[in-house]
Amino acid sequence: MVIGFAVIAWFTARFRAARLRPLGGDRPHSLPGYHGWYVALWLAIPALLFLTVWSLFLPGLVEQSVLLDPAAQNLPASQIERTAILGEARALADGSLTAAFNEEAEALVPAYQEASGFYGVIGIIATLLLAFACGAYAFLRVRPDFRARNRVERVVMWVLLIASLIAILTTIGIVASLLFETIRFFERISIVEFIFGTHWNPQSTTFSDDPGSFGAIPLFWGTILIGAIIAMIVAIPLGLMSAVYLTQYAPAKVRSVMKPVLEILAGVPTVVYGYFAALTVAPAIRDFAVNVMGVSSASSESALAAGVVMGVMIIPFVSSMADDSLAAVPGAMRDGSLAMGATNSETIKRVLIPAALPGIVGGVLLAVSRAIGETMIVVMAAGLAANLTANPFESVTTVTVQIVQLLTGDQEFDSSKTLAAFALGLVLFIVTLLLNIIALGVVKRFREAYE
Amino acid sequence: MNNVGDMMNDATDTQAESRADAPALAQDTLKMTARNVDVYYGDKQAIDNVSIDIGMENVTAFIGPSGCGKSTFLRCLNRMNDTIPIARVTGQIELDEKDIYDPAMDVVQLRARVGMVFQKPNPFPKSIFENVAYGPRIHGLATSKSELDEIVEKSLIRAGLFEEVKDRLHDSGTALSGGQQQRLCIARAIAVDPEVILMDEPCSALDPIATAKIEELINDLRGKYAIVIVTHNMQQAARVSQRTAFFHLGTLVEYGETSDLFTNPSQDRTKDYITGRYG
Ligand SMILES: Nc1ncnc2c1ncn2[C@@H]1O[C@H](COP(=O)(O)OP(=O)(O)OP(=O)(O)O)[C@@H](O)[C@H]1O
Ligand SMILES: [Mg+2]
Repeated sequence: MVIGFAVIAWFTARFRAARLRPLGGDRPHSLPGYHGWYVALWLAIPALLFLTVWSLFLPGLVEQSVLLDPAAQNLPASQIERTAILGEARALADGSLTAAFNEEAEALVPAYQEASGFYGVIGIIATLLLAFACGAYAFLRVRPDFRARNRVERVVMWVLLIASLIAILTTIGIVASLLFETIRFFERISIVEFIFGTHWNPQSTTFSDDPGSFGAIPLFWGTILIGAIIAMIVAIPLGLMSAVYLTQYAPAKVRSVMKPVLEILAGVPTVVYGYFAALTVAPAIRDFAVNVMGVSSASSESALAAGVVMGVMIIPFVSSMADDSLAAVPGAMRDGSLAMGATNSETIKRVLIPAALPGIVGGVLLAVSRAIGETMIVVMAAGLAANLTANPFESVTTVTVQIVQLLTGDQEFDSSKTLAAFALGLVLFIVTLLLNIIALGVVKRFREAYE
Repeated sequence: MNNVGDMMNDATDTQAESRADAPALAQDTLKMTARNVDVYYGDKQAIDNVSIDIGMENVTAFIGPSGCGKSTFLRCLNRMNDTIPIARVTGQIELDEKDIYDPAMDVVQLRARVGMVFQKPNPFPKSIFENVAYGPRIHGLATSKSELDEIVEKSLIRAGLFEEVKDRLHDSGTALSGGQQQRLCIARAIAVDPEVILMDEPCSALDPIATAKIEELINDLRGKYAIVIVTHNMQQAARVSQRTAFFHLGTLVEYGETSDLFTNPSQDRTKDYITGRYG
């Protein structure tokens, strides 16, 4: 309804502003449309704000007046029962419940209906009054020399600012809650135990907090083995080579096909990679290990399977970052080297890659940070056993897998087990944040070097 | 229509004349010869039937208004146009009487013999030493570390840079001043002991003092290498070159002794250009 009025206000103010135009000698400062927007915004924003605030307070006000009703005098004293009955009465009053369970609730229904009707009307009247008052105030300011354009622009700026703040504030909120839960965790389990302990078995601690079961080293190691070692052994050479091919050798046609295909690869849902890892790659690797290499401890959930598939997943990241950095190396470098009689591959190896190295390293760091935060593939393919092993055919587990483990299923939210998940999350967050900061810093410095 | 016809006739005449001029330069040892060279970028012709002789003992200057094809022609001489996919070169260019566009000619070796210095100094992002050592390394010119050191030092001395950088050979080449960078690029080019050095406006990014240093250097290098220099600066052409070629709209208009060409141009277009009437 307020919006409707705002639309009307937009038209009337626009009309009025347009009429003003011939009266004044000079051209009006702002186009009629801006005047329209100005009045409409003045009308709508305060009213909508009021409405929001009002609807926040509404249930409280209604409840208070219901409690004053004589029928509420014989409510039970216990807080929980009271809330239950009040809730039931409210549901009955607005029709989402049809039959009462408690008689007391039934008795409160008329009071509820009356109170919410009363406050509802007050709310609407107040909103409309506010809307008209503000609208009129703005309308009276519609004059040829009034700078409506500047004001509207400022409102637009604020709206955009708020929109961009929402993402940041949400992140801050998440970090704050992580931090809070982590502190609670460290009140129970010492931080030294957690970071340096080598035994991880929180599932055994349902009834007692044994600090010896919260050593996270095997998880950190598993994460590094899969995300930073195996995946990178796959992704760095392949990503780099494909970037070199695309920037230096590929004819324009091939490039125009292959680059989008690589980028699409980056959009494949990780759960699909997870299937692939668990159902195809992992058994193949186990058979290979057992039959060909004679590794009897090979598990069907191996670090190698998860790492290799994850490596394939991040090839597009490495390749597109490397591609960008290679393309950013000035053509004069390449010409200089070719003019010396260097071949294409010598030029790439000795001039282009060294020159693009900072950008490439930045890309690799970003890829690592993505790999260690990746969850689906490792959940499906890496296994749950917290082994501290360097054997890639064995099963290892990662930070993300354990977070999933700790938080799925029935859990009370203040056991050490669940709190441990927050601590792990915080560690993961800090590590990836640092990696990203370093990577972006390196890439930025590299960009500046060539501007 | 008539006009166009006239102009084309004019152009053919010019070609005939400049080819006729060529033997007059023969007292110099011939290093490179170009005959009837055309260059196309896609469908667009950038060089039209250019024939020219480059002598060993002299510095040859290419002058002409912007876009007339000086760089394009220069880049034909060491086949750098190969790196531009849409560029196509026809005609014949010989180095020591061997066709450089012959399939038997190895472009890697050709470029080692015909070095190039670019308009903007483009040292590699490596140390000064590594910049100069780059060519000898890829061509395997040094068998030992001490030999490589020697080549680097000799090249830097020849390029007149050694005294300025001898204490910081392992600092980055990109940290030098523009003029020093350009001399580093010259040192880099002479480190592979080329026979011809092509320079495309080597001073256009430099201040007058750095420019004077480079001109002095070109004078010192004359005789050891056949040098071709593209320049927009008439005084520079007059100062450093013995032969000058004037290009216009992709054709070679006039080619002769620098002193003759500047004092007594045989073509009106040349005269207009060097007296600054256009370009
Ligand atoms: N890579 C290229 N692709 C397409 N056309 C080109 C390319 N390089 C040069 N040209 C064209 O060829 C013509 C000659 O260019 P060139 O660079 O040889 O001129 P120039 O005489 O060196 O000019 P300047 O004095 O400005 O350096 C110009 O019309 C130019 O637009
Ligand atoms: Mg040029």
